[in-house]
Amino acid sequence: MSLESLYQEIILDHYKHPRNFGEVPGCAAAAEHENPLCGDQMRVAFRLEDERIAEIKFSGKGCAISQASASMMTEAVRGCTLAAAREKVTDFLAMMRGEREFAALDETGELEALKGVLQFPVRVKCATLAWNCLAHCLDAAGKDGS
Amino acid sequence: MVAVEERDMQAVGAWGHNARLDVERIRADFPALEQQVYGRPLVYLDNAATAQKPRSVIEAVCGHYRRDAANVHRAVHALSSRATLAYEEARDRVCRFLNAPARETIVFTRGATEGINLVAYGWGRHHLREGDEILLTEMEHHSNLVPWQLLAQATGAQLRFLRVRRDGTLNLDELDTLLTERTKLVAFTHVSNVLGTINPAATIIDAAHRVGAITLLDAAQSVPHMPVDVQALDVDLLVFSGHKLGGPTSSGALYGKREILESMEPFLAGGDMISSVWLDHAAWNEVPWKFEAGTPAIAEQIGLGAAVEYLTSVGMEAIHAHEQRLTAYALAQLQAIPAVEIYGEAPARAGVISFLVAGIHPHDLAQLLDQEGIAVRAGNHCAQPLHRVLDQVATCRASFYLYNTEAEVDALVAGIRRAQRFFGVE
Repeated sequence: MSLESLYQEIILDHYKHPRNFGEVPGCAAAAEHENPLCGDQMRVAFRLEDERIAEIKFSGKGCAISQASASMMTEAVRGCTLAAAREKVTDFLAMMRGEREFAALDETGELEALKGVLQFPVRVKCATLAWNCLAHCLDAAGKDGS
Repeated sequence: MVAVEERDMQAVGAWGHNARLDVERIRADFPALEQQVYGRPLVYLDNAATAQKPRSVIEAVCGHYRRDAANVHRAVHALSSRATLAYEEARDRVCRFLNAPARETIVFTRGATEGINLVAYGWGRHHLREGDEILLTEMEHHSNLVPWQLLAQATGAQLRFLRVRRDGTLNLDELDTLLTERTKLVAFTHVSNVLGTINPAATIIDAAHRVGAITLLDAAQSVPHMPVDVQALDVDLLVFSGHKLGGPTSSGALYGKREILESMEPFLAGGDMISSVWLDHAAWNEVPWKFEAGTPAIAEQIGLGAAVEYLTSVGMEAIHAHEQRLTAYALAQLQAIPAVEIYGEAPARAGVISFLVAGIHPHDLAQLLDQEGIAVRAGNHCAQPLHRVLDQVATCRASFYLYNTEAEVDALVAGIRRAQRFFGVE
C-alpha cells in the first residue's frame, strides 16, 4: 500500500483543477448524495440533448478522491445516452467492489487511476459517491421519460 | 444571567495538581502501543473515539473466559459463583470511581448510547407528555440527540437547545429563558467530543433543579479524563462508555439517583430483570437488575472494573493534569502553523482538538497521517448539527489520553507539514 498509488498525479490534477464543476441551468435531472462517513456532500446534474448527456456538472465539498472521481466521471459520461451512462455506472461500481477487472471506461483511460483506491477499502465510498449520485440522476431522468 | 459555580471553575485549574505522570511506565502497560504501523511507531491520537486497553483489562477479560466463564445470578456452581462475584465487584468499583452513594445506583449498560436510550424509554415514555420540554445543547453527540427526537415524537414533548457561542462555550445567558416550569429534563454533554469544551455541569444542573427538571449528563468524554463525582455534581442521571476509558467495548454504566431509577419502567425485558413471572404478567427485580435483562456483558463489565481500578491507581487528577499540559502544548504547536484553524477555544477544555488545514480535506489529511502511523479521526464525529454551526462538513480531530506524549504531538505537527508539502499548499 502506498500513498502514491492512492493519490496519483492524475487524481491530484483533477482534485486541484476539477472539470465540469458547477451547476447546469435547466437541467433534466439532479441528485444529491452524502457520504455519512465524512459528511461530504455531492450534487450531480445533467442536461440532455438528442437523448444524450450534453452537459453534466458536479458540485459540493469533498476529499481529493471524491472530487477527482466526480471530475473524471463527468468526462467519462458526457455525450453518452442514458443507457450507456447507466452501463458505465454499473461497471465502475462493480470494479470498486472488486467484482470485475478494471477496464477503461473513458477515452483517456484516466479513470484507471482510481484502481489504487481498492487498496484502501475505507476510501472506496469516497470514489463511488459521485457515481451513486449519478445513478440517482439517471433514475430520475428515466422516470421522466426524457 | 447564570453565574458559573466554583465547582465548575475547578475543572479549569486541573485541581492544582503538579505531579508528573511517569508516561513511559504507563505506556508499558498498554500492549497495543508497542506496535509499528506501516513500519512507523504507532501514534494513537483517536482516544475520543476509543482508548487503548491496559494489560490488566485484557487479563481480566481473558481470565474470565479461561477460568470463570459462566452465567451470573443463576447457578450455584463454583464458576457461576466466581463470575457473579467478579461482575458485582465491578459494579462496586464503578460505584467508588464515580463516588456514587450506593452500588444499586449503578446500572450496567453497553455504553453511553444504551444508557441514554434506557432513560429515554424507561423514564421519558412514562413521565413526559405533550407540552413538556427537554433542554439539550447544539454540541450534543448524535447519541444524546436522536433518542430524544424519538421520545419527542412519541410523547409530543418539545426539544429546546442551548446554543454554542463562537468560542465553543455554551451560551449560558439563555439558560434562564430556556428553563421554565415546562422543562422536565436537561440532557447535555460534560465535555464536547468535537470542541473539547468542558461544560459547567454543576451550574447547569443547579439551574435545572431550580425549575424542577431532572438532569442527564453525557459523561462519555469526561469520566475517562477527569475526576467526576456524581454526588458533588448532584446530577440525577449520568452515562459513560467503558471502552473510552480503557475498558472493553460494550461495557459501561448508567448512574441514577435511586428514587429516579425506581420511578423508571424497564427498558429491555427478559431473564434476570424479573422477580417473579406468571404466564400473563411479571414483577420486576430490584434496581439496578431491573434494567439488566438477559445475560449481560459479563466479561466486558469485569474488564470495566479492571479499567477503573487501573485509572484510580494512576490517579484521575494526575491524568487530568497531564492531559491539560499536553493539550496546551498541542494547541501552541498547531497554532504556530498559519494554515491550521482550530475549532473550540473555551478556557476550560479537555484534550480534544478539532482542526482544519487550509487546502487539505480532513479525510485526505487523516489518510496521509495514517501512512506515518499517526491515528486521528476525520469526519463529523457524530455531531452533524454542531458541524452545521461551525459551517464545516468535517474536521480532523486529535484527542489525547494518559499515555500520549509531547513527542507524539511533534509527530502530528510534522505530519501536517508533510501533508501540506504533498498537496502543494504550504
